[in-house]
Amino acid sequence: MALYKLQINGRSYEADVEPDTPLLWVLRDNLGLVGTKYGCGIAQCGACTVHVNGNPMRSCAYPVSAAANAKITTIEGLESNGKLHAVQEAWDEVDVAQCGYCQAGQIMTATAFLSKNPNPTEEEIETAMNGNICRCGTYHRIREAVALAATKLK
Amino acid sequence: MTDISTTSRRNFMKLAATAGGGLVLAFSWTNTLASAVMEVLDDTNLASGKIDFNSYLSISPDDVITIFSPNPELGQNIKTSFPMIVAEELDADWTKVKVVQAPLDTNKFERQVTGGSGAVPHSWERLRKAGATARQMLLEAAAKRWKVSADTLTTENGVVVHKASGRKLTYGELATEASKVPVPTDVKLKDTKDFKLIGKAIRNVDNYEMITGKPLYGLDVYRDGMLYAVIQRPKAFGMKLKSVDAAAAKAIPGVVDVVTFKNNVAVVGTSTWQVNKARKALKIDYEAEAPLESSSDHDRIFKELLSSKEATVRRKDGDVEAAFKKAAKVVTAEYQCPFLSHSPMEPMNFFADVRPDGVELIGPIQTPERARADVAKLLNIAPEKVTLELTRLGGGFGRRLYGDYVLEAAELSSIVKKPIKLVWTREDDMTGGTYRPAVRYRFEAALDAKGNMIGYKLRGAGINSGNPTREDNFPSGAVENLLIDSIEHQSPITTGAWRAPITNFLAFAEQAFLDEVAQAAKKDPVQFRLELLDKAKNAPVGAIKYDIDRMKGVINLAAEKAGWGKKEGVSQGFSVYFSHRSYVAQVADVVMKEGKPAVDRIHAAVDCGIVVNLSGAYQQVRGGVIDGLGHAIYSNLTFKDGAAEQSNFNNYRLIRMKEVPEVDVYFVNNGIDPTGLGEPALPPTGGAVANAIYKATGKRLRNQPFINQPELKTV
Repeated sequence: MALYKLQINGRSYEADVEPDTPLLWVLRDNLGLVGTKYGCGIAQCGACTVHVNGNPMRSCAYPVSAAANAKITTIEGLESNGKLHAVQEAWDEVDVAQCGYCQAGQIMTATAFLSKNPNPTEEEIETAMNGNICRCGTYHRIREAVALAATKLK
Repeated sequence: MTDISTTSRRNFMKLAATAGGGLVLAFSWTNTLASAVMEVLDDTNLASGKIDFNSYLSISPDDVITIFSPNPELGQNIKTSFPMIVAEELDADWTKVKVVQAPLDTNKFERQVTGGSGAVPHSWERLRKAGATARQMLLEAAAKRWKVSADTLTTENGVVVHKASGRKLTYGELATEASKVPVPTDVKLKDTKDFKLIGKAIRNVDNYEMITGKPLYGLDVYRDGMLYAVIQRPKAFGMKLKSVDAAAAKAIPGVVDVVTFKNNVAVVGTSTWQVNKARKALKIDYEAEAPLESSSDHDRIFKELLSSKEATVRRKDGDVEAAFKKAAKVVTAEYQCPFLSHSPMEPMNFFADVRPDGVELIGPIQTPERARADVAKLLNIAPEKVTLELTRLGGGFGRRLYGDYVLEAAELSSIVKKPIKLVWTREDDMTGGTYRPAVRYRFEAALDAKGNMIGYKLRGAGINSGNPTREDNFPSGAVENLLIDSIEHQSPITTGAWRAPITNFLAFAEQAFLDEVAQAAKKDPVQFRLELLDKAKNAPVGAIKYDIDRMKGVINLAAEKAGWGKKEGVSQGFSVYFSHRSYVAQVADVVMKEGKPAVDRIHAAVDCGIVVNLSGAYQQVRGGVIDGLGHAIYSNLTFKDGAAEQSNFNNYRLIRMKEVPEVDVYFVNNGIDPTGLGEPALPPTGGAVANAIYKATGKRLRNQPFINQPELKTV
């Protein structure tokens, strides 16, 4: 076991875990940040997506030892001062979710994408979101919500 | 571990526990026109003076209306739709309604089940009555206070109004008195034309929790002293446990114990990652106790079953053999569908705490009452000693009808005498069984010289499929001479209901075959179906268990909206299916892109009776179409020596965003009581797409997944 200092959502955390523990399980089991979801464990479905230094990262395949000096944002950190992020607002307005389990990962992928491409085409949205599986099939509304969020962020 | 953030550990545990408790996380939602007001209720807030009116409903003096939603929510929108029905008849102010997931409570609720697209049809009237009864009690309380007749009073948006005098009282102000009014037994329900809420697009009541990552699902449940558990099950169907060497696994840090029960080896410890690591260090020997089947065996078995004399006759009308003897033309085709995994995004999991004084269960299950009964039986205790709280389900698709993982969690907790959260990995989920069964069909149709279908034969052969036909569905009733039979191979590979059980592949096969028959009869596929339905209406053969007019209604609507037969540059395929009381017709538009057929658009015409929540209803139809499409084209679960060959999303393909066509949805507005929508949109899709691909390429796709078929590869 080793003690890791982590910067998550602008706060400092410590976790005493094995170095190979994926960030996903540190967030969920050690820090109580359960918004980041386990879906496949092999970086295939995107349910566990977080931001590491602003980039989308599959936390299920990202060891905590690599995260020690990084700035990490999870779904719990998107709200600021009680106000939802524009992407979250769009997700609510478009009423995207069915079961909702994959949506935190979808939102994290979308926020990272829009921060780098604020004026995406429909095709660019589809390419950016293609790595996130939604088993319920909410893909149309995900695409619509990302486009709506882009207009909100202007 | 030390947590030095401002979000205290205590606070987290409280949130996690309350999510599991299911009683206090709720938020105030609005319709799409109003601005969103969201809040997380504190449990003390919710508890303050709320007055129960019935199992579904309580009202607090400060006008908060709490509606309990009893059925498991897995994405079918029941947690939003049920309360809408209660609120409609109550005439409640929707922005002041708080929705709470009820735990299993057989004294208060009936049929706390998610399955068979049955929740709204079953509860429609009782939910309306729950709202209307409370409204009547509020009216009578106001009448008493104002000393007027209740008939002179009206309600709107959570307020009782006496128009003559202009007096008003809110439901909250009247709640205490109203709760003492004798419960009326015969209340008048609204005329459906007066609905204000039902039929509108209302946002999901859990949106806030879902988009901010609040604990909501079974995997998010956390309790003090709880241990994490994973189970190594036999690696192939037909194997049993022989011996275990757990020494290396027990040496892994964080592992508390390794225990064996039935054919399971469970690792229990203080973190999910460490117990999974330890599991990999187990040394286990298995031995075969039944045949270890491979998919190649199944292909051979299907051929034997299709020519077997042992099939069970499901329906027989007229004289089929005579009809085929005198036929001018006979069409024969075989269709096959593979095993499928349900793969809900949240893998199986459950929390169990077996204590001497009782058992606490928390988690995602579609059949909580049965799970509780099974756990009580397993542990040899009274069911009243077992509580079961429902979390939101991260998908189900039928997999969570089966409570095997609940029993595992309970048995494990009883052995280790600790609260445990059992977690299945994705690999456990995909290789662990309860699949959609693999099925092969043989269809035969006899046509007379005019192209009339005078004979029809269907043989369904499945692996643990039960009866893979729906013998009384269309076209039964429209053909004078008909024989439908089925035969099953018993296999160690476990199977079960998968969204739209049986019909999810039967509809594909049947609707694609009818396209072949229409072609042989030189008839337009839509016209061919309408003629058969006219025949069933005018000269029915045997029992008819579908509504001919509703089926014709969706056929005509889909053809009209899709511009059937009128589109240039697009190849269209048609399909219609009745399942779970509802009717859906679909037209698939296929275009050629770079020499390959691509599904461009699917038009879906739906008759599910009254639509409760337009937003959720669109989701169910689009989601059902995408589910039907993705699995028809891409998904395939195969076996080698009893073990699934696919184990995760790297080798088991689910449809992704780029592969999804536009889906247009049209609802028939006929005012009949709701007939269910969780499943009926799925079955028609595969057939519509296969028929459109045939039109575009001249190639008939008779086996799923389409992507593996040589017909498609040579296009």
